[in-house]
Amino acid sequence: MDLDAIQDVEINLLLQGIRQVYGHNFLDYAEASLKRRLQHWLAASGFASISEAQASIFRDATVFESLLRGMTVNVTEMFRDPGFFLALRENVIPFLKTYPFVKIWHAGCSTGEEAYSLAIMLGEAGMSGRYRMYATDINEAVLQKAKEGIFPLNTMREYTRNYQKSGGRAAFSDYYTALYDRAIFNEDLRANIIFSSHNLAIDADFGEMNLILCRNVMIYFKPILKEHCIGLFDRCLLPGSFLCLGTKETLDGRSIANRYENLVPRMSIYQKRYG
Amino acid sequence: MDKVHQNRIKAIVLGASAGGAAALQTLLAQLPKTFPVPILVVQHIAADSANTLAKLLGTRSALRVKEAEECELIQAGTAYIAAANYHLLVETNASLSLSIDAPVSFARPSIDVLFESAAMAFGTGLIAVILTGANSDGSLGMKKVAQKGGITIVQDLKDAEVPIMPAAALSALRDEADYVVPIAQLGALLQRLSHRIDRSIVHDR
Repeated sequence: MDLDAIQDVEINLLLQGIRQVYGHNFLDYAEASLKRRLQHWLAASGFASISEAQASIFRDATVFESLLRGMTVNVTEMFRDPGFFLALRENVIPFLKTYPFVKIWHAGCSTGEEAYSLAIMLGEAGMSGRYRMYATDINEAVLQKAKEGIFPLNTMREYTRNYQKSGGRAAFSDYYTALYDRAIFNEDLRANIIFSSHNLAIDADFGEMNLILCRNVMIYFKPILKEHCIGLFDRCLLPGSFLCLGTKETLDGRSIANRYENLVPRMSIYQKRYG
Repeated sequence: MDKVHQNRIKAIVLGASAGGAAALQTLLAQLPKTFPVPILVVQHIAADSANTLAKLLGTRSALRVKEAEECELIQAGTAYIAAANYHLLVETNASLSLSIDAPVSFARPSIDVLFESAAMAFGTGLIAVILTGANSDGSLGMKKVAQKGGITIVQDLKDAEVPIMPAAALSALRDEADYVVPIAQLGALLQRLSHRIDRSIVHDR
């Protein structure tokens, strides 16, 4: 058996063990990208092989946390895909404004950049205090970071550009305070966001939502897990409510597809039909 | 030199950067609708690109040319073009998947990412081709392809609009690419390798 084949066996054993020891099931994650992430983590870890790392992973929670981060964290940006945020600003937010209060679920929020972007946009639409956003992620450590709302200052130039391309007209720097090499985002942006831990694979429905965003999270799932998550989102959405996926993700071919209108083609913004 | 290759080809992966659109157009125009093997393409493009390459290439080719979509099972007679700002991977069950992990060799989509996943999925049943380009993305991927027994093809440096990428690939392979050809001959070569029905072949380069 060649080394690659052996490593495949090791990975499978590891994932089975993680499920039993920690309750996290990665067996339904898409394999090619998971393997790349695992190999990347291994290379930086100091362990010579997955088998060698396994003992520490199972017995030392900090090692597992490091691995969990390597396997699940998506590097993200503020106003990533500005075209998407522009479409949201023009097509979805005006609709949400007609409600006295809206509930939003941002599933897979990672370090929070998109959640803060959305909070900025909702504020600019005059909706401060009229929404509650649940920003969830599988990873507690990453949620801690998201709660802080502090990002590297050297990313602000790119984020400002993204913000402007998404239709933002304010001075982006009004939304944060620069301190040394950090940008600390305003407290009031966080006021309507609840960051909490949620595992899309195993946790239950999250309540009725007017808007659900889950962007570029399900690309890492096998079809069976994608289907499970879409079903979960579908159960949380009332008619007239919105589901936003990553621009390369679609509902095409899914069992629920005909109950959603593809509101903004190519932006993966869907609205649940009435009746 | 000559390669004795005994396994049926299951997929072809192509990587290109600067000058690639023209090279791909020329290549795909040479292939018939009945080409028996799926083709996966990473052409480096800007993150905010409008993804019109598939359409452009499709108008000049008898092949079906489309943007690669996640979960899609790859089919013969079709060229799948990687979308901007996502890595394209192929699973061991021949379906496609995407990732937005960090750029690899400064590229997303990265040729290395596609080639490495394809090498793992198809092994000796893979043909990997590096075309014109100005960086060395794809070199590590070509090494992996060679390691898993696939066929490696590099565009002739004199033929490539920008020879840096093919040169880097050749260097990574220690000059042992299976074939080095100009674009004009690449279509015929891919056809010959893909249609091979006799068990082994020895040829003149």
